[in-house]
Amino acid sequence: MPLTWLILFLFALAALGFIAGRVRAVNSAGGDVRELHSLPNYYGWNVALTALVPALAVLVVWLFVQPLMIERSVSGMIPEELIPEGSQRSLVMSDVRRVAHGLDMAVRQGALSEDDASDIRAGFTDLRGRLADVGVALGSDVRPEVLSAAQRYRQLNATGTLWQSIIVAALALGGLTLAYTRTHKGFRARNVVERAILALLILAASIAVLTTLGIVLSMLFETRNFFGLHSWSDFFFGTTWAPNFRGDSELSILPLLWGTLYISFIALAVAVPVGLFAAIYLSEYASAALRSFAKPLLEILAGIPTIVYGMFALLTVGPMLVNFFGRGPDGVLGVDWMSGATSVLTAGVVMGIMLIPFVSSLSDDIINSVPQSLRDGSYGLGATQSETVRQVVLPAALPGIVGAVLLAASRAIGETMIVVMGAGAIAKFSLNPLESMTTITTRIVSQLTGDTDFASPETLVAFALGLTLFVLTLGLNILALYIVRKYREQYE
Amino acid sequence: MKDMSQIANAVETGTNKISARDVNVFYGDSQAIKGVDVEISNNTVTAFIGPSGCGKSTFLRCLNRMNDTIDICRVTGTIRLDGEDIYDKRVDPVQLRAKVGMVFQKPNPFPKSIYDNVAYGPRIHGLARSKSDLDEVVERALRRGAIWNEVKDRLYAPGTGLSGGQQQRLCIARAVATEPEVLLMDEPCSALDPIATAQVEELIDELRENFAVVIVTHSMQQAARVSQNTAFFHLGELVEYGETGQIFTNPQDPRTESYITGRIG
Repeated sequence: MPLTWLILFLFALAALGFIAGRVRAVNSAGGDVRELHSLPNYYGWNVALTALVPALAVLVVWLFVQPLMIERSVSGMIPEELIPEGSQRSLVMSDVRRVAHGLDMAVRQGALSEDDASDIRAGFTDLRGRLADVGVALGSDVRPEVLSAAQRYRQLNATGTLWQSIIVAALALGGLTLAYTRTHKGFRARNVVERAILALLILAASIAVLTTLGIVLSMLFETRNFFGLHSWSDFFFGTTWAPNFRGDSELSILPLLWGTLYISFIALAVAVPVGLFAAIYLSEYASAALRSFAKPLLEILAGIPTIVYGMFALLTVGPMLVNFFGRGPDGVLGVDWMSGATSVLTAGVVMGIMLIPFVSSLSDDIINSVPQSLRDGSYGLGATQSETVRQVVLPAALPGIVGAVLLAASRAIGETMIVVMGAGAIAKFSLNPLESMTTITTRIVSQLTGDTDFASPETLVAFALGLTLFVLTLGLNILALYIVRKYREQYE
Repeated sequence: MKDMSQIANAVETGTNKISARDVNVFYGDSQAIKGVDVEISNNTVTAFIGPSGCGKSTFLRCLNRMNDTIDICRVTGTIRLDGEDIYDKRVDPVQLRAKVGMVFQKPNPFPKSIYDNVAYGPRIHGLARSKSDLDEVVERALRRGAIWNEVKDRLYAPGTGLSGGQQQRLCIARAVATEPEVLLMDEPCSALDPIATAQVEELIDELRENFAVVIVTHSMQQAARVSQNTAFFHLGELVEYGETGQIFTNPQDPRTESYITGRIG
């Protein structure tokens, strides 16, 4: 609770500072707002922000650092021999935290007095029973070392929280006073506030960048762990994907990569012609009325969740393909090439349908950005519309279209749900599109769902797969953006 | 300069090429051109002058039916090219545009090589029988465009890499390459510097040996320098049309005089 109060206090102080700063600024100009360097509200904001921002920043840092410091100091109190064989210090520490938490609860519910909580001895009282009464279940009896560590933990926490409130409140008050005294008609409050806005924008941008960095780093570390347990040459150059839990798994990415690329290739073979032709029709031939109606309709496809596409693959497209290519004499073609609904072709076709709006929407933008003057030039030479599209508009738009296709490819490679449901689970090298095959993404799903042990290569391989996938799509995206950007520069 | 242009202009002008009768153009509900009658002669440079928004570009674009590409545009009246109504149903606007070439305000080379830019029209219309034939057509067009000497060593470099003036002469060469009978130019020098403008103007004067040239311009000096006939447009009407020297020295309509002396515009 004190944290909530502290934050409320900070905001109340900021609101007060806003009003006070505004009033002081207006007064310093003798009531004439035109005398001020900035509008009165800027002075208010300046005071409010100077009070609030440093205090909040310190509070956030404190909230992160305090548990770490306390953890470190308390965990030193646990003797080495207390840690059971095969267990880890962090497990004992979680016991400590639970006991401390239980004591807190007990005090709050009146089962223990504050003095009792700090003086209690594990040997004399049935601590486990009393904590169970207040709703904290412990796995075993509390050992004296753990109890004293827990008490120390509580004590440090209390002190820390007290100091935290004092320091943060003092900072807020100090900031308020400083900004308030500086408020004068000549003070450039507007510039200060705009710097604060700039800082906010930078913060937002860096959160995005740092998150990416964090994800990549965590994948990198786990991947390194994986390569500590499994040979990298098998991962990159082996030919079999056969995870088992006997310890001799063959975990090679190549069959998965083959499945991924094969399915993506089929998806692009469907999406690129259809999407591109749709874009050409919509941007060059369709009337404005049709266009305003058809384009949003096409883009609805992009809003369908991929799980729905997955159902579509499994329940509609798959059986339809089986009806064509399977079932022997009962089938449409009378052949028996396809046994189950899940296949490379099923997943590829459905993924292609998913990518159509992606390709068409990007290509449409790119075709529209080809200057009208080029079309006029071509018409002026007596070219027909289709000659103009084929020989002037498309060549001019080609780099951008290639970029769009590469972006679509990177989506196809990373797509999960459709392949989980439509592609099957067999990892193999095969050219037959009617067989089921599996992809990197589906294997990540299956390695990480269910009971997993994060110390085994069978689980950790997911990180190596994820990182490879990431590098692959990142490379494609960079290439695509490079091409698109290069093209954009031509017409500026 | 006036004297020089007078000398340059003293060339025989030819027979009647295009005749427009009672042409009206509507954009949706607003009328952009009101009852214009014009005769355009062969081997002549005809200049359309007038203040911005007076309809001179719109009228120019009627002459090769470029306005067809604008949905809301509607044209009435008759425009005859060699006695044939170009708005007749039997006329294919695409064929018409091959006969009535156009050069635009901003140089608009295609993102192709210089050679392919010029070869574009001849290829579409099948004007060359072989590669060497096409080479000849391209060279002749580039020579007529007065740009051959500057680009003959880099025919396969992109056309967009040329300077603004060179690009515009390339566009003229491209238009000339399809062997049109009439060449329409919509403010061809407005995006060019004075030196490039001078080169293009010189070129225009040479072009009239083979074509009827119609040029829209904002610059009255340019009209005086390059044209033999001048038409003055104002608010969608053709106010005055006549021999260039006469329009500039002895205008009949008070509005023409006001524009030429800078009182309206």
